[in-house]
Amino acid sequence: MKLLKLVPDHTNIDFMRWRNLALLLSLIATVASVAFTIYRGLNLGIDFVGGEVVRAEFVQPVHIDDLRTRVDRLGVGEASIQALGNDRTYQIRLPKPPGPETASNAMVSKLRTMIPQQYAGARVDAGDSVSGKVSEELAKDSAMAIGFAMIGIAIYIWFRFEWQFGVGALLTLAHDIAMTLGFFAFTRLPVDLNVVAAFLTIIGYSLNDTVVIYDRIRENLRKYRKMAILPLLNLSLNETLARTVVTSLTVLIALGVLMLIGPEVIFGLAIAIFLGVVIGTYSSIYISSPVLVWLGVQPDSFLRTEDKEGAEAQTA
Amino acid sequence: MLEFPRWKVWLIAIVIAIGVILSIPSLIAGTAVGGGWPKWMPQYKISLGLDLAGGSHLLLEADAQDAQKQRLQAMEDEVNTELRRDPQIAIGDISTAGGRLSFMVRDPRQVDAAVDRMRNLTKPLALTGIRDWDVQVVDSTRIVMTPTASGSAQALKDAMGVARDVVRRRIDPSGTKEITVVTEGGNRILVEVPGVEDPEALKRLIGQTARLEFKLVDLSANQQDVQQGRAPAGSQVLPMADGSGFMAVKRRVMVSGDQLTDAKQSFDQDGRPDIDITFNTAGAKRFARATQENVNKPFAIILDDKILSAPNIQEPILGGRANITGSFTVQSAHDLAVSLASGKLPVKLNVIEERTVSAELGQDSIHKGVIASVISVALVIVFMLVTYGRFGVYANIALVVNAFLILGIMAMFNATLTLPGIAGFILTIGAAVDANVLINERIREEIRRGRRLLDAVETGYHEAFRAIFDANVTHVISAAIMAYFGSGPVRGFAVVLLIGVVTSVFTAVYFTRMLVALWIRRTRPRELHI
Repeated sequence: MKLLKLVPDHTNIDFMRWRNLALLLSLIATVASVAFTIYRGLNLGIDFVGGEVVRAEFVQPVHIDDLRTRVDRLGVGEASIQALGNDRTYQIRLPKPPGPETASNAMVSKLRTMIPQQYAGARVDAGDSVSGKVSEELAKDSAMAIGFAMIGIAIYIWFRFEWQFGVGALLTLAHDIAMTLGFFAFTRLPVDLNVVAAFLTIIGYSLNDTVVIYDRIRENLRKYRKMAILPLLNLSLNETLARTVVTSLTVLIALGVLMLIGPEVIFGLAIAIFLGVVIGTYSSIYISSPVLVWLGVQPDSFLRTEDKEGAEAQTA
Repeated sequence: MLEFPRWKVWLIAIVIAIGVILSIPSLIAGTAVGGGWPKWMPQYKISLGLDLAGGSHLLLEADAQDAQKQRLQAMEDEVNTELRRDPQIAIGDISTAGGRLSFMVRDPRQVDAAVDRMRNLTKPLALTGIRDWDVQVVDSTRIVMTPTASGSAQALKDAMGVARDVVRRRIDPSGTKEITVVTEGGNRILVEVPGVEDPEALKRLIGQTARLEFKLVDLSANQQDVQQGRAPAGSQVLPMADGSGFMAVKRRVMVSGDQLTDAKQSFDQDGRPDIDITFNTAGAKRFARATQENVNKPFAIILDDKILSAPNIQEPILGGRANITGSFTVQSAHDLAVSLASGKLPVKLNVIEERTVSAELGQDSIHKGVIASVISVALVIVFMLVTYGRFGVYANIALVVNAFLILGIMAMFNATLTLPGIAGFILTIGAAVDANVLINERIREEIRRGRRLLDAVETGYHEAFRAIFDANVTHVISAAIMAYFGSGPVRGFAVVLLIGVVTSVFTAVYFTRMLVALWIRRTRPRELHI
């Protein structure tokens, strides 16, 4: 059987030739993403701003205007109504009511009662209600979790490699998160707790590629003491290119299936990780590696720790 | 490479067999063959999260103001009872305004004695030397009792423990449902009830404090004053539950709902819903004495500071049984009966987060999740096969084994599978092959460099392991942080990722290495097709 080779043997792509252009473009894209996110804001779900979401299934097709009129009549604030795939499944989102925390419960109750009363056979399939207090905590916890994960991983890379690699990892992560945030700000896809889980996953998986490439760079730095840093980075990237492509593809295949035919509740999670893998693959080549040149990684960077590393390799 | 001792082969085989056996009960649960699993085999099952099984998740928070109010009221009752005992000390102008309990001792000579007896009512807090109430004398005859901060904290902690049990009894009076009721972070209670379609019913049950009190109606009060909220000394003004105005009642509690043993919804002579209550021995005695002393006077039945009704005491009630009338529906009478029978909540609870998923939507999610998982696995398997041939087959066997191990370990720890957990499962499948990709690409590389077959395989596994290890540690860090900070479904995602990382290193590195070693030893291939 002839085996599939997506990447031919002995590639010799001069990745580093475009490193400054790529860095500049990445920098612009990152700044633009952040600016856009700040300017336009994220479509934060009720998990982070409080409020209610009710999902209703109707037996007969329902017109969105008809539903809106009836919801408005309840006097529960400005509802945003969205069809989920067809005209028999709707998601109704209500803002957090002013006043005490207990007020929100009364609003959901109204909606829950109204729908089966006014539409025969209709059913409220899911209802979430989050108070202002809880949403503030969730937002704080999420931000802290993302921050801790980024720093924790950067510190681990620093310990396992050298400080330059830790900085490289941190910058790569910041780039990936900024770009994904920009995507969510641009598409107005709702950001809920699942998306935060996706961000944490991206932090783990984006670094996966980076770690593999860093490992090869370290190996080559020891092997080819005389080689200049740029050709050495190119060599390492080319040597790991086949693996980068194959792994990214398998992950994308699995996630693509989940995104296209999986439950829609986790669409946000699937698309965020999918995107994160694409961005992470790019940044492992064009951010993690050029950063090392900047920070002055030299073939002798690992000499001091040679003995320690040698012992490690043996135990591995 | 070839030295793969027999005990290692057996060890790996046993681990895999255990994983498969553990995962089977979860896989066949709810299917036609579900009952066919022998009873002597392990029965561990993965539990489904509420987003898959359907059900309600409620997060309740203690109302701090109400907690303080209830505590002051309880102390007021205690003080009244204590000072009425011999030697009696007459007091007046008792007030709970400003979060403190204060009263005047009528006879200045008794102030010191009163302070001593008040101090005895307070309790020391373990080892700190601080008591739960601070007792002071102001203006030489007024005693002021202020709750201390640590006393309030301790009281809240105790109240939360009681509240948790009360909530459990209210939701599940028969104690047969698989519900979760746990305290969280000091002043919260998490309630998870699978299979509930209508969370409103749940909230009605939990929403009532259900503090039942019987107090005498103060007939001396001026009706105009009462409607304006002013009550004579020793009395208080309370609203009627049906909104029909206000009534003055004596502050002193004749009997309280704490002394109930049972409450049931019933009907009165006219067929209107009411509630039959039964007192315990002490309560029955108190009730008997109170009704004997006050025949032909109206007494108010008060629920959570609202007057349900104020019937006349026709005759002494001696049997310890009574019924509560009011404007009830069958449903509200039933809810109140359940609430009364389960005891009053020591603190009012507010719902601060609610998430409900219907069983149908959950079933739909499982269905779509399973289909997506199967297709993902199939596509990844085909991809690995056409890319790496024989080594792809090994990676694929490892992949399937990995899936069983994840399920088996989750079942063993009775972990909860959530919808994001299914996504985590699919993601793990996609990423688990990464280790094999790393190894296989390295072997290809070493062969290109001219190494001999055995040497290339050996080097491939050895050199790839470092990157595999480091990459997986980064996953562990992010998943562990997610498990720590995340709630419910997200934690389910993190748990699957964590387990998947560990099992995938085992299957993708050690297990495939064994398969490769056994193959090479058996066939002694001259060249490698990879």
